[in-house]
Amino acid sequence: MNRIRSAEISDRVASFMLGGSAALVILILLYIIGYILIHGVGVVNLTFLLDSPRLGGAEGGIFPAIVGSLCLVAVSTLTAVPVGVGAAVYLTSYAPDNTITRIINFSVECLAGIPSVVIGLFGYAFLVVYLGFGFSILSGGLALMFMILPWTVRTSEEAIKAVSAELTEGSLALGATKLQTVRHIILPSALPGITTGVILGTGKAIGETAVIMYTAGSSLLLPGSIFDPVRALPYHLYILASEGISDEMAYGTAVVLLGMVLVINLIAVAIQRKFQSR
Amino acid sequence: MNRKAERVIEVSLFASATCAIVIVALILLFLIKEGAPILLKLGVRNFCLGMTWNPIAIAGEPSYGIFPMIVGSIYVAIGSLILAVPPGVACAIFLVEVAPGWAQSLIRRGIELLVGIPSVVLGFFGLVLLVPLIRENIGGCGFSILAGSIILAIMALPHIITISADAIKAVPATYREASIALGATKWQTIKGIILPGARSGIVAGVILGMGNSIGETMAVLMVTGNTPVLPEPLYNVLEPARTMTANIVIEMGYAAPGDHQQALFATGIVLLLMVAVLNLMSHHVLSRIGVER
Repeated sequence: MNRIRSAEISDRVASFMLGGSAALVILILLYIIGYILIHGVGVVNLTFLLDSPRLGGAEGGIFPAIVGSLCLVAVSTLTAVPVGVGAAVYLTSYAPDNTITRIINFSVECLAGIPSVVIGLFGYAFLVVYLGFGFSILSGGLALMFMILPWTVRTSEEAIKAVSAELTEGSLALGATKLQTVRHIILPSALPGITTGVILGTGKAIGETAVIMYTAGSSLLLPGSIFDPVRALPYHLYILASEGISDEMAYGTAVVLLGMVLVINLIAVAIQRKFQSR
Repeated sequence: MNRKAERVIEVSLFASATCAIVIVALILLFLIKEGAPILLKLGVRNFCLGMTWNPIAIAGEPSYGIFPMIVGSIYVAIGSLILAVPPGVACAIFLVEVAPGWAQSLIRRGIELLVGIPSVVLGFFGLVLLVPLIRENIGGCGFSILAGSIILAIMALPHIITISADAIKAVPATYREASIALGATKWQTIKGIILPGARSGIVAGVILGMGNSIGETMAVLMVTGNTPVLPEPLYNVLEPARTMTANIVIEMGYAAPGDHQQALFATGIVLLLMVAVLNLMSHHVLSRIGVER
């Protein structure tokens, strides 16, 4: 009887400890977000969002950094989507089971595992110097694209694999070609999943710093074309904080960055929900 | 649509799939092209095991030894795992075995959000909160291996939870049912059946977490102090340290083309090799036990 009793007690204690660890994780998350919001929300207003920085960012706003971030993300997403979705369609619908397919899959895994700072180094040597793009939106955006490409491929692949085989087979049985099936059956059904993946990818890209530091430059001026340098939000935050320019401005920048990431995540969740409820 | 157009599209789909190969090949090519000369000049041994990093020597020869940075990277990564693995695995067990539905979706949302927080924001959080906290309550200057480990642990948590949860789910339900049917409590089942069954998967997750931590840049850079020397004494986690990633980011800004810049690319090669070995080990374990990632 005693042994059963002690087993029951340790069961209770263990459940409590396990639940406690889960609560700890959630608390850490809420604490970090709360801490940044409480200290930074007061700084964020329309002037902060729409003004140019003065005195190296100690005063004024962060408008050019917001524009810079959006430009970089736009370039990376617009280049990653066709390549990534194309690769996913190939891997799921066309690829034969051979060595080349295995090398492609292995390369995607490798690319996903390369540390962002190494992609930044490569971006500097290849895009900035070798191809002569200089510190620019183009260099930074392409470097970001290298980083999010594996993610785009994998999430699109998952979305395509989730399309029911019956639909695909039905289409093929009716005499449609492979391409017609991909265009009219597979891609439309997989679209919500692909979109969610792409949106989450932009969330990754917008917060990334090490990749763009030595590819996109650090200019605080508004860019005129994709060949102009920009300073993205995360890099601006890093400079403000690490060079001790202004803690207040740094908090504000962190809130804006965090806000963008949260909004992007919420949009992805909303799309997922809508899709699942159908 | 005719056959010819189908063929053209098929080829272009194949071309986009091969992009990944091309990018990986170019990354390797350019890292080696930029970093190999200094490695050949100094010798791999001297570069990796050299104790002094002094690229801009005012008097005498500059020296490029990254051993303190290799130690620094490993140090903060191991520190982060010590802090993150116990609560991470516990959270995974709770998520799969114990939690009611609402708690499951809460934890999943939380993990997604935690992954989404940009590393520079976490680094900033560490800089304004953790560093002063350590300086005032524990000692040292605050910028330390400890601060880096804590921030990295927060970043590693979601990955460790996700992979451990996958490994726990992969334990066959029949094992669980048999154990419960024999009268074991839930905790006895977890301890005696589920954890041993999920061990390899959890180990794979931990190795992967180690690779991620070694490759992480911004968060570590902002809280570890970045002095390129070994901590003194070696076990003092309140001492500052510099990781390989931080070395690259800090010095790329002013490194002149030539030996100095090459040494940074060579640091990148060493970093990439270490991360690649850890990732391959993790994949090997995962594929052996058949956990799909």
